[in-house]
Amino acid sequence: MSDNSNLKTKLGKNVFKPVKEPHIRIRPGLEKDPRLQAAIYACPAGLYTLNSQGTVQLEIDGCLECGTCRIVCGTEVLEWNYPAGGTGVQFRFG
Amino acid sequence: MEKFEVIIVGAGLAGLSAAYTLAQNGIEAVVVERGDYPGAKNATGGRLYLNPVKKYLPDLWPALLEEKALERPVAVELLTMIAPETSTTLRFRSGEFATPPYHSFTVLRGVLDRWLAKKAQEKGALLVTKNRVEELIRENGKVIGVVAGGEELGAETVIACDGVLSFVAEKAGGRTPGLPRNYAVGFKEVIELPSRRIEERFALGENEGAANLFLGSLTKGRFGGGFLYTNRSSISLGMVLRIQDLMDVHPLQEAPRFLDDFKARPEIAPLLAGGETVEYSAHVLPEAGFGGLIRPFADGLLVAGDAAGFSLNVGLTVRGMEFAIASGVLAARAFRQAREKRDFSASSLSVYQKFLEESFVWQDLKTFQHAPRFLDNPRLFDHYPQLVGEIFQSLFHIGEDPKQRLFATVKGKVGWGEAWAVLKDLRGGFKI
Repeated sequence: MSDNSNLKTKLGKNVFKPVKEPHIRIRPGLEKDPRLQAAIYACPAGLYTLNSQGTVQLEIDGCLECGTCRIVCGTEVLEWNYPAGGTGVQFRFG
Repeated sequence: MEKFEVIIVGAGLAGLSAAYTLAQNGIEAVVVERGDYPGAKNATGGRLYLNPVKKYLPDLWPALLEEKALERPVAVELLTMIAPETSTTLRFRSGEFATPPYHSFTVLRGVLDRWLAKKAQEKGALLVTKNRVEELIRENGKVIGVVAGGEELGAETVIACDGVLSFVAEKAGGRTPGLPRNYAVGFKEVIELPSRRIEERFALGENEGAANLFLGSLTKGRFGGGFLYTNRSSISLGMVLRIQDLMDVHPLQEAPRFLDDFKARPEIAPLLAGGETVEYSAHVLPEAGFGGLIRPFADGLLVAGDAAGFSLNVGLTVRGMEFAIASGVLAARAFRQAREKRDFSASSLSVYQKFLEESFVWQDLKTFQHAPRFLDNPRLFDHYPQLVGEIFQSLFHIGEDPKQRLFATVKGKVGWGEAWAVLKDLRGGFKI
């Protein structure tokens, strides 16, 4: 990802309540699945990035719970749930 | 396990409209919401058209307007075609839209959903926040309750208003995870600006609002567009892009960059100057229209709002919230009818389908069923905004040489081949 400081600043404006455990996980062994590559481009919070080993990693902090990656990757690749009640992003304006 | 007559999953507009209607009829309804408060997980562009929903929640008028649950009445509609070097805007102002009873309002869901929840609670509906529905409880195939926050809650009927991904409908077997070509992602910033400044920048009267849609090169050949809505003291600026196109239209580009580039455009940047971004939100939207609908009822289950796929993009208008409100109310009415017979089987609850078919929800989706195919034309999002820009550029342009006649100027841009292609594209449009 090129310059994402803009994005980080924007995400920093949101109210997030800490999520105890990640609500979205890449299923073990599927880190190189091509569907994950597409999530790099589709996630509006830029949470999917390519690391130096050429595998995709997911940073859950900042998740907007929009559902895009579930539609991009499908449930074979992602174990996808909403965060537990009362945690995660809390939109004040929406 | 604790039992209620109805459990509603999700305190969005569908769920709260259902809760309000049920409570009003003396039916015991509990809304289970995973956010800290209603609206905490919801986002809209957005704007609400009033006419379709007035008769569904008649006694909430005029409180909806008086108690400031909505932002600004949209008096000015703008449509902007964006090309790399040009932009062409159509500005439409309507006196009728600007005066009571008003046509549409800009909306912030953090405000509207909390207001509607309060109204439903005043009627007697129960609201449980900070609780995520984890499982459906079923007996012989019939839905008889949910597990929320580790606790079992029973109900005669569950109404799934849990949004575009609807895990409830999915768990009930009524739908499968969606495909990228049938969904778009919308993402936006809310940018605070003093209300007087908004009125000056958009040439609006006091408390009047503007809605601006943007088509063209801002999506770089992808299905989608941009939007700008003026709220009371903020601007909602965002984009909608089809998920499939983010995955496979080249050159690939990260979604957030589209919005950054859009914000930096000379048409947009001055409108936002001095404003402060206070929130960045995103949400998936159903884009399949009529073709994407599911059967919205089963034994002990009704599905309303985005969860049922009730959303309609006709290009100039993009609607979801009216469908959510109406379908929530109709689901409540269907339950009331089933309750008279003490029968909550699929065949008894299927009266919901009948109510939907008699309403604008089903009829609009059906009327515009060809819209997704017409809109699925890259020329609309790339070529035409560019062409319109070129035509105006050459009409306005004065060069060194004597100027050509106007018709010849236009014909130079729109030759026979182009005219033929326009006709072909229009033919698809006539089906809308």
